[in-house]
Amino acid sequence: MTAMTRLLTRGGAATRDTLRDVAGRRTGLVALLLVGTLLFVVALAPVIAPYDPAEPHIEARLQGPSAEHWLGTDHLGRDLLSRAIFGARLALSVALPAGALALLVGLLIGLLAGYVGGRTDRALVVLMDSMQAFPAVILALGLLALLGPSLRNTTLVIAVAFAPAYARMARASVFVVREEPYIEAERSLGAGNRRILVTHVLPNIIAPLFILMAINVPVAVTIEAGLSFLGLGVPPPQPSWGVMLQDGFELVREAPWPVLVPGLALMLTTLGFTLLGEALRDRLDPRLSGVDGRPG
Amino acid sequence: MGPRADPEFAAKVREQMGLDSSVPTQVVTFLFDAVRGDLGQDFVTNRPVTQVIGAYLPHTVILAFAALGLAAAVGVPLGVYAASRPGSAVDNITSIVSVSFITMPSYLSGLLLLLLFPVMLGVLPATGAGEITNPSDYLTHLILPAAALAVTWVGYLARIVRSGMLETLGSNHIRAARALGLSERLIAYRYALKNAIIPTVALLGVSLGDLLGGAIFVEVIFARPGLGYLVVESLADRNYPIVRGVVLVTALLFVSANLLADLSYRFLDPRVRVDQPGGAR
Repeated sequence: MTAMTRLLTRGGAATRDTLRDVAGRRTGLVALLLVGTLLFVVALAPVIAPYDPAEPHIEARLQGPSAEHWLGTDHLGRDLLSRAIFGARLALSVALPAGALALLVGLLIGLLAGYVGGRTDRALVVLMDSMQAFPAVILALGLLALLGPSLRNTTLVIAVAFAPAYARMARASVFVVREEPYIEAERSLGAGNRRILVTHVLPNIIAPLFILMAINVPVAVTIEAGLSFLGLGVPPPQPSWGVMLQDGFELVREAPWPVLVPGLALMLTTLGFTLLGEALRDRLDPRLSGVDGRPG
Repeated sequence: MGPRADPEFAAKVREQMGLDSSVPTQVVTFLFDAVRGDLGQDFVTNRPVTQVIGAYLPHTVILAFAALGLAAAVGVPLGVYAASRPGSAVDNITSIVSVSFITMPSYLSGLLLLLLFPVMLGVLPATGAGEITNPSDYLTHLILPAAALAVTWVGYLARIVRSGMLETLGSNHIRAARALGLSERLIAYRYALKNAIIPTVALLGVSLGDLLGGAIFVEVIFARPGLGYLVVESLADRNYPIVRGVVLVTALLFVSANLLADLSYRFLDPRVRVDQPGGAR
């Protein structure tokens, strides 16, 4: 894939410019700070977290913030700050692969539908449309009920819910690029389908898909937490923010901290990613400003 | 049925539910029954699934409309006000608030409202839907769930109305209205809003899925007997006929709302023609 590496190296300078531009806006700067902090926390979770997120201290249950537990403890006396920190790790370990998988699958389907066209295209469009007929959360919920709750299934199900949006976007762009004169020129020079797809079509349609993924990541984070909150996503011993919210919800009359801590973490994360996605979108592809990344 | 189920009973249930036939046959049977309005039997109470869904559906529909109404009542004036003073402190605060509201999932707004009102302040009921025969009771039970569901929409509406207003306020007919000396308030609400509100209609249709998805969490948090509450309870009981029915009904609602929004879009904005590329679609 020399074309791909060329694409990526050419992207180096452009990425730097883009980042500088994003950081130049006030909301962009806030976004970079929030996402940067999050990535820092995720990378260094075991170093920063003051306690083991799974270790119970029943004698210290449901405490408010103190010198030992900065953000208090939950119903089993587990340190909420440590759980929130590891929760960030878990949230991204679902959201990023889910987004990437959706992009990959959507890209392949979109390329196939757009480039081959005809009956294949119509069949794929019907398939995508019928998947988008279900609201994302409901689709994910129904599929998880069949597959059973686990981290892997949650990731898969979110990717399935997102994929049609990428496929549609890729397909539409392929239709435009396919008719360009340079494609015709390339074909008359004897280039095969593979060469045309990889060196010409792919680089021209990929940028909007990555922007959509940036916008989709926070949505994936909230869907994961939501499914876990209902007990269908990531199962309890793992420190998902959704699981933490569920624990807090059950004892909401006794202490506010178990709800507030994961809630705040979730809010800042989604806010950071959403602002970042929007800043990237405005910078890279203003035509997309109507796209809000919410599937179905 | 658990692993300790009586084999004879298990066989009987399997036959009743048609699980002994092949999967394609089951799918076809289900579809044929479904178009005739038969979604099968509730696994626990043996009532028809349609009857169970019929009992829960109104609460969800009322909740959704209440949330939309509330969101419009707060979000639209907020957007209009922000657009009338672009770049002001109010405008900046509105834009920050609307992004945070848009990104807030309904379970979080629900939990925060639950924490603030019933738990800390001791006002407003925390669970149930109240009695429909007692309107004031029903309404007090509706406030918190509707508010929780409305939060995202307040953000959306404020934002879309603001950008729509900014666009419209620069157009010629508004200049003409200004030249005639009409008050800013009259111009904003009577003339500009009419054009600025159109994009929201399309958004409403497309995002009804989010609304229905969000309703699940809100109903669970406030123990409100609606479709979402029903589906989560049924999942816990492994009552699959109900789950299947709810998923189907939700998809149906979603698709019809989309269609309705598309059609009304054309009606609201005569400039949009169906055969126009990039038009009503």
